[in-house]
Amino acid sequence: MTTTLKPVDAVLVGFGWTGAIMGQQLADAGLSVLALERGPWRDTATDFATGFAQDELRYMWRHHLFQNVTDDTLTVRNHLDQEALPMRHLGSFLLGTGVGSGGVHWNGQIWRFLPSDFQTKSHNQQRYGAKAVSDYDLTVQDWGVTYDELEPHYDTFDKLCGTSGKAGNLNGQIQAGGNPFEGARANEYPTPPMTQTYGPTLFGQAAAELGHHPFPHPTGNLSQPYVNPLGAQLGKCTYCGFCEKFGCGNYSKASPQTTILPYLMAKPNFTLKTECEVLRVELSADRKRATGVTYVNSAGEEFFQPAEMVILSAYVLQNVRLLLLSGIGKPYDPKTGEGVVGKNYAYQTMSSVNVFFDDKLINPFIGAGALATVIDDFNGDNFDHSGLGFIGGAYVGGMVTGGRPIEMIYTPQGVPAWGLEWKQAAAKNYLRSFSFSIHGSCMSHRGNYLDLDPTYRDVHGRPMLRMTFDFTDNEHKMSDYVTDKAVEVAKAMNPREFKVNRRTGSWSVTPYQTTHNTGGAIMGDNPRDSVVNKFLQTWDVPNVFSLGSGAFPQNAGYNPTGTVAALAYHAAHEITTRYIKAPGPLVAA
Amino acid sequence: MGSAGAAAAAGIHDGELGAPPQTYTGKVPWQEGAADAPPAALGTDFRFFTPAERSFIEAAVNRLIPPDPAGPSAVEANVPFFLDRQLAGPFGRGDHYFLGGPWKKGAAEQGYQMRFSPAQLYRAAIKAVDDYAAANFHGAAFASLADADKDKLLKGLEAGTVQLGDGVDAKSFFAMLLQNTKEGYFSDPLYGGNKDMAAWKMIGFPGAHYDYSEWVTRHGEKVPYPTVGMKGRPGWSES
Amino acid sequence: MRRPRIRGKAALGATAALGALGLAGLAVGQILPPLPAHPVTGVTPVGFLAAPIADTTPNAAQLQRGQYLVRAGDCVSCHMREGGDPLSGGFALKTPFGTIYSANITSDRETGIGGWTPDQFHRAMHDGIDDQGKNLYPALPYPWFRRISRADDDAMLAYLKTTPAVSYTPPPNKLPFPFNIRFLVKFWNVLFLKSTDFRADPRQSAEWNRGAYLVTGLGHCGGCHTPKNWLGADKGGQDLQSGKLDNWVAPDLTANPRTGLGGWSVEEVAEYLKTGRNARAGAGGAMADVITYSTSLLSDADRHAMAVYLKTRPAGAEPAIGAPDAHAMARGAAIYSDACASCHLENGVGQPRLFPPLGHDAVLQQADPTGLEHIILAGSRVGTSPAAPTPLTMPSFAWKLTDQQVADVSTYIRNSWGNRAAAVSSGSVRSLRKSLDLEAIRYTANSGDQN
Repeated sequence: MTTTLKPVDAVLVGFGWTGAIMGQQLADAGLSVLALERGPWRDTATDFATGFAQDELRYMWRHHLFQNVTDDTLTVRNHLDQEALPMRHLGSFLLGTGVGSGGVHWNGQIWRFLPSDFQTKSHNQQRYGAKAVSDYDLTVQDWGVTYDELEPHYDTFDKLCGTSGKAGNLNGQIQAGGNPFEGARANEYPTPPMTQTYGPTLFGQAAAELGHHPFPHPTGNLSQPYVNPLGAQLGKCTYCGFCEKFGCGNYSKASPQTTILPYLMAKPNFTLKTECEVLRVELSADRKRATGVTYVNSAGEEFFQPAEMVILSAYVLQNVRLLLLSGIGKPYDPKTGEGVVGKNYAYQTMSSVNVFFDDKLINPFIGAGALATVIDDFNGDNFDHSGLGFIGGAYVGGMVTGGRPIEMIYTPQGVPAWGLEWKQAAAKNYLRSFSFSIHGSCMSHRGNYLDLDPTYRDVHGRPMLRMTFDFTDNEHKMSDYVTDKAVEVAKAMNPREFKVNRRTGSWSVTPYQTTHNTGGAIMGDNPRDSVVNKFLQTWDVPNVFSLGSGAFPQNAGYNPTGTVAALAYHAAHEITTRYIKAPGPLVAA
Repeated sequence: MGSAGAAAAAGIHDGELGAPPQTYTGKVPWQEGAADAPPAALGTDFRFFTPAERSFIEAAVNRLIPPDPAGPSAVEANVPFFLDRQLAGPFGRGDHYFLGGPWKKGAAEQGYQMRFSPAQLYRAAIKAVDDYAAANFHGAAFASLADADKDKLLKGLEAGTVQLGDGVDAKSFFAMLLQNTKEGYFSDPLYGGNKDMAAWKMIGFPGAHYDYSEWVTRHGEKVPYPTVGMKGRPGWSES
Repeated sequence: MRRPRIRGKAALGATAALGALGLAGLAVGQILPPLPAHPVTGVTPVGFLAAPIADTTPNAAQLQRGQYLVRAGDCVSCHMREGGDPLSGGFALKTPFGTIYSANITSDRETGIGGWTPDQFHRAMHDGIDDQGKNLYPALPYPWFRRISRADDDAMLAYLKTTPAVSYTPPPNKLPFPFNIRFLVKFWNVLFLKSTDFRADPRQSAEWNRGAYLVTGLGHCGGCHTPKNWLGADKGGQDLQSGKLDNWVAPDLTANPRTGLGGWSVEEVAEYLKTGRNARAGAGGAMADVITYSTSLLSDADRHAMAVYLKTRPAGAEPAIGAPDAHAMARGAAIYSDACASCHLENGVGQPRLFPPLGHDAVLQQADPTGLEHIILAGSRVGTSPAAPTPLTMPSFAWKLTDQQVADVSTYIRNSWGNRAAAVSSGSVRSLRKSLDLEAIRYTANSGDQN
């Protein structure tokens, strides 16, 4: 039996970063807003308090804050000719759930994409020729939105989080100490950069000697106490080394809990329901308008929630799946290249270099999620790709997010994974080593996509999402090229030795890489090539918006959250200034 | 599924999820005194392993992390007890595993594809490895093999060159055993392993400390904080 | 701890109740109604207290004044139960004599005070007599409220009569014999009702007198902050020298530099009343609600006046305090470094307005350590306001620290960074843990991984 509830103006499906951002914006515009979150409530002092937040086993390895795949997972394969099988345990990416979701257990790495990243196709085509964007069956596209359009919204997110960093380009003026390659910023970061510990400092010195342009990673781990425009307070990070996969116990990491919820939860026109999973978006008979959503709660009760607007603010994989399950937009067919929903799924291309010293105590346990010195010299189109045979790039960061010993003991080349030799290498190297992260772009490819699995179903009886993905030669070439640059920096540090962990072979679901899944509900300037317009409004059903990194037509060489948030603010601005006055398509098809 | 796995399945349930649904409006909720406290291992009794399984586990983990002067062996660090309690609890039950069918082998890149929960896998795999040892090492159980033979067998499991019965994928079992052994060695002592925080002391990790503010700029200096777990250290009650 | 597992629907048909929707028939191309189409009419308690009263409303000046006074009197903290409407009562006030449920003071004529006359209201506020002529228990703080002017009483009643009528009758009080005999309150009044109408002190400034009027009258600060005798009446001559209630200690508000406001500036007191936090402290326990529903909603001038008055309250005698045990201090220092420094930092300085510095802190140095023990065992959350909405919360350490460890770290905190206070015993921690029902771990909605 389905119970029909009282209608609301907007229903948010999922309550992480994008749900909280959109919820706040719509509630401030006077709309009645209901957020449906399939996980539980969680907050700083009760659920990730300093007394137990620093628990590597429970959070990293037992997935305590992550999506439980027992009842709902996805199936994976590398290519069309394979049979997809379920991801039976989280590995390659660690999906969020619960209030705040990934915004609770992210690292706080806050980036803006480069201006040229938003014109991946046209920019590279113009500079390197048509072949550059079509080799390897790439299906890269322009975003339909520009950096300049998003800049005010990136700025809003920085002010929300209190981002700690140093501008490299203020209104076109290059600033010493910042990233000289970044797009022009209207404002300096709200708080100064974090103080760099030993490892990142050594990285920065070596990179500068080589003529690169090191700068402190912009962080949502705050360098000093901050009060944001909503009045919410954040503290100063104490470098505990438990950001990534962990909630912050002392209010020093930007999250929906620390930046938005104190303000939003106090509003009478906002309601949050937890343990409520949306099964599908319901459409009108002509399928051109959403009437609301159907959801089931953890007691097994099913409800229809009527709403004037449906905001898909779940993670990219759930948003795409809900679009497919609800019949919004035409599913992508990799054989014909037709259709859009599920198209251009992409990821992040990661590799690393570990450096080992005899004479330097790195103390890796003094860390923070975004504590790094970075060079951006080989990211995006910050360097000449002529003759290199790939597009895209990566940043290289001498990064110390922490020294959690189950995960983060580095041992030199050739040391086995167990036995006496491993043990002695662990004891010898733990305090005297750290890692560079080579964080690369991932271009979209004709065969990489998302659709519904024909075999496997979740606990609700719905088809699981099927992910078909592998890295292309473009990504391997890019990664090798930038990894070689990182090796040069490693050598310049004069370590005792170093170890290179290249991006080789096919993508595997098992080892953790990064939770930067993108695409599948991509944005663009016309309904033939994209699912949503530049305001994240679905072309087919104008009162449905799909937020998040699903909108990325391909993934840039940066962590996605900054851009995810900027796109959400960009959409919210248009909704609150234009859409609510005359609900309908915001861009003519 | 082999007989050992089927027997295990009878007593072990799959995942659990779901707090009651809640509606929140008007304020940030908070309940005084509430804490999502860690699920500590209490007592000292073994609950999962049979005596024979325990012998296998003690022998195996002490090859993965053997004794030497640098620090404790896995057995000295109480890893077998840790494993026992993990396998008797939500992890062993597969509370964060999707174990539904159909079950196919798949490519290596598709990851874990057995139908076993971790507890079921250990139960089936220990028997299968002992059977293998008996068949290939003159009838001996794994625990009674010479160290060199243990290592040889373990390497065979790691590489997947040893074929096990009972539907057990040797490589997957070895990967899980090694991972869980390192977990027991380096996790907070309240989970039962890392006895006396000796593994942390061996590498120099201060443990559950949360404030390093004063050491951020002191590059290369030795941080003097005593090693501490979530439930403390001797200095909290001795003086 | 096993919890119910999600039970999904095995089969999904076209079960959505599309037909039930009047709006489902709209075709695209039709102009959709602008939003909001389903506005929310409910308000939060703070929104209720801050709801503007238009100047064009008849009798606007008196109503606006009455609303402001209802904030100043912190009526909502007691006259609202969890999930209930503001002022509709039913809040269980736990006194040493039993549980008293607050009255419905909305405009409802049957269950509220909609039918009360100004004389009846004034008699209740001034003498503790209800509309039927029966004695009210001094849980209604009429010993303080009798200092309110008649004009202010009239304004409050006028405002209360404009509030939405809520039909709700609170449960009967749970008072054992003989406290259930209302008549006996008359004797209590004879013995203890010493306060008089407010009389301005001509030697003090107008601001001081305004502060005195608010603190000793509507604000009824002494209701919590003045020590009580065995019958719940103020101990004579010890005004605002700290009281104990509901497993908390309401700290000393006198000029005592160690346990009171002696070290605070007037501006620091005023900031604390405005946002529930300042560079020295955060307002937890019952004071959190006082901030949220009362002092944050007052004018800067009134907060400043209250601070000016409070700063002149004479301190009580200082007790002799022995030196703490060195072993307890050593254990406490170890616990502090590992468990508390995450927020209060190794050197105890904290982060201003986020995590209070612990040196020279009044709450921590109260003679009765219940407040500190409570904060450590159960946690504490500061009051919020639109200006400072973050409900910064000290986490509960009940699951983590033994009674002895709570006692030792308390002793250490009470005797470090300039603090000086008596040592804390594990016995007092044990009994508070029992009172707070924290002998077993109180899990959260997130605790799905317990064995």
